[in-house]
Amino acid sequence: MHVLSFTRSTPDTAAKVWVDEAGEVAWGDVASVVNPWDEYALEESIVQATKSAGEATVIAIGPAIHDDALKHSIAMGITNALRIDEPKADIRDSLVWSALAAGAIKKLGNVELIIFGKESVDVATDQHTYQLARRLGWTMLSFVSDIIALDAVAGTIRVEQTLEQGKRVLSARLPSVVSVLKGINEPRYPNFLGIRKAAKAQIPVWSAADMGVEAPVAATSILAYHNPAPRVVATEIITGKDAAEKAANLAERLFEEKVL
Amino acid sequence: MSVFVWIESYAGRANPASWEALAAGKSLADKLGSDVAALVFGENARAIAAEAGGFGAENAFICEDEALSEYQLEAYTQLMTDLVKAHQPAFVLAVGSNRGRELLASSAVDTESGLIAEATELRLDRGKIIATRPAYAGKVAMEMTSNTATTFITVRGRAFQAAAKDSHASVSITEVQTDWTMQDIAVEAEPFRDAVHDVNLTDAAIIVSGGRGLANNPKKVPSDIGAADPNVWKAKDGFKHTLRPLAAVLGAAVGASRAAVDAGYIAYEHQVGQTGKIVNPDLYIACGISGAIQHQAGMRGSKIIVAINKDAAAPIFKLAHYGVVGDLYEVVPALSAALRRKLGS
Repeated sequence: MHVLSFTRSTPDTAAKVWVDEAGEVAWGDVASVVNPWDEYALEESIVQATKSAGEATVIAIGPAIHDDALKHSIAMGITNALRIDEPKADIRDSLVWSALAAGAIKKLGNVELIIFGKESVDVATDQHTYQLARRLGWTMLSFVSDIIALDAVAGTIRVEQTLEQGKRVLSARLPSVVSVLKGINEPRYPNFLGIRKAAKAQIPVWSAADMGVEAPVAATSILAYHNPAPRVVATEIITGKDAAEKAANLAERLFEEKVL
Repeated sequence: MSVFVWIESYAGRANPASWEALAAGKSLADKLGSDVAALVFGENARAIAAEAGGFGAENAFICEDEALSEYQLEAYTQLMTDLVKAHQPAFVLAVGSNRGRELLASSAVDTESGLIAEATELRLDRGKIIATRPAYAGKVAMEMTSNTATTFITVRGRAFQAAAKDSHASVSITEVQTDWTMQDIAVEAEPFRDAVHDVNLTDAAIIVSGGRGLANNPKKVPSDIGAADPNVWKAKDGFKHTLRPLAAVLGAAVGASRAAVDAGYIAYEHQVGQTGKIVNPDLYIACGISGAIQHQAGMRGSKIIVAINKDAAAPIFKLAHYGVVGDLYEVVPALSAALRRKLGS
């Protein structure tokens, strides 16, 4: 089976991120990493492609900075990587993003399963995953904590979904779009051979015209980024002769704050 | 140009966070001089629509079709899309729950409408929507607008305040039909198991959270744990017998740092932080959490933060309103006891 996933480079989650004087988001010279949610999707793609004796492809949409994430994916064991770069398209809008992504899936032709990480940690949304499924008319299986069975011959998939209400099992026909949660697997570290393969990899770049699609005009636009109001906190250290007295004094304060 | 608000329901009951979305929708409608319509699909839709009237909806579109009694993404999307196409609302809102997010995103594709997710503030500037939402896990905020006739918006839980319920308010209900049948449902779902009885983290008014410090449990590890990591046993015991009782006194949800989750002390569902849940309760009590930047990103929106940590130099104290420097295994049980006395529970 041809399994596909998407990835992107994002600042390391430990990085300090701020809005600089030019109004752009900055994170200094901290390295970019694979969007942490995507590591679970990439691992699951490799596992499912291997099980079904198929291939695993990864796509990033955007400028060359995302090649880092693609190379990491190859180093992990993803078979093919490609990048979509359409300078005229504002891919920050999810309608535009999903139109380009759908174009790539149609051009590839034989993809039957798309695996996403739960969300992109930078823009902090998952809307593009649902919108791609809807554009393709494929079944969306979200918040998946286990792929229980994938049958390429019968064209079926069974997954465990974890929602606010609890866990349950879903069955559907392929093709499907799946978004996976942390904990579905243990993402592998790239080995030496993988890293060497990734270093040598030439990553093809497709434009909208290459896929025969016209990117829609962005429906939304970003007006500005702001640094959140700094938390001016004068920390009061609660004192007391022992733990019991400290706890009693803290309880007193919490009542005064009217948060109980 | 009315405003639509999808009222999420489960097992015939409304998700109370939907009333927050309804209040956000109502305030937009007031500025537009228009009305709010609640969209309620599934089991018990008529009663939930009446309840929505009490929370500010003037109108409601309901579908009680048997095939759709339970939430089903494709079918609900079709219903929403048909209503949006027929009535051309200016905005469609829902709370940004798992289902709210996927439903609105899907219907936005059908109508090629702009979608703004996880808004924390909404205003209108000469009729144009300006939404504030967090990015980079709250490390920065962004302001967005949308240029389409209809704009879909999911709102962050607890970012907007629900209206006080007016049980005398009336709502005008319109029933909508669908030709969906059980055969059209693409996904076959088994019933939920391991139902979560805990307080939901993102809805919680109070969160008691634990970190790596939970491994410093003074309890003696039983000899029968075999090859298992004694620290994991200690921390699990700490969550169960030290943090949970405090959470029980307060009616709080239990959270955890990534370090605690990665070490296997507690299930991932409890993780607060950039790769876990982003929370904004009234009170966040961090126990044995040092306060790594990616954890701070997940909880810095809390109204009052309390840190309990042995290490006076832990970064969490810089963020906390109240700090207790001490052993959580002494302070937390004492706090539970003190609160139990005060709250009389």
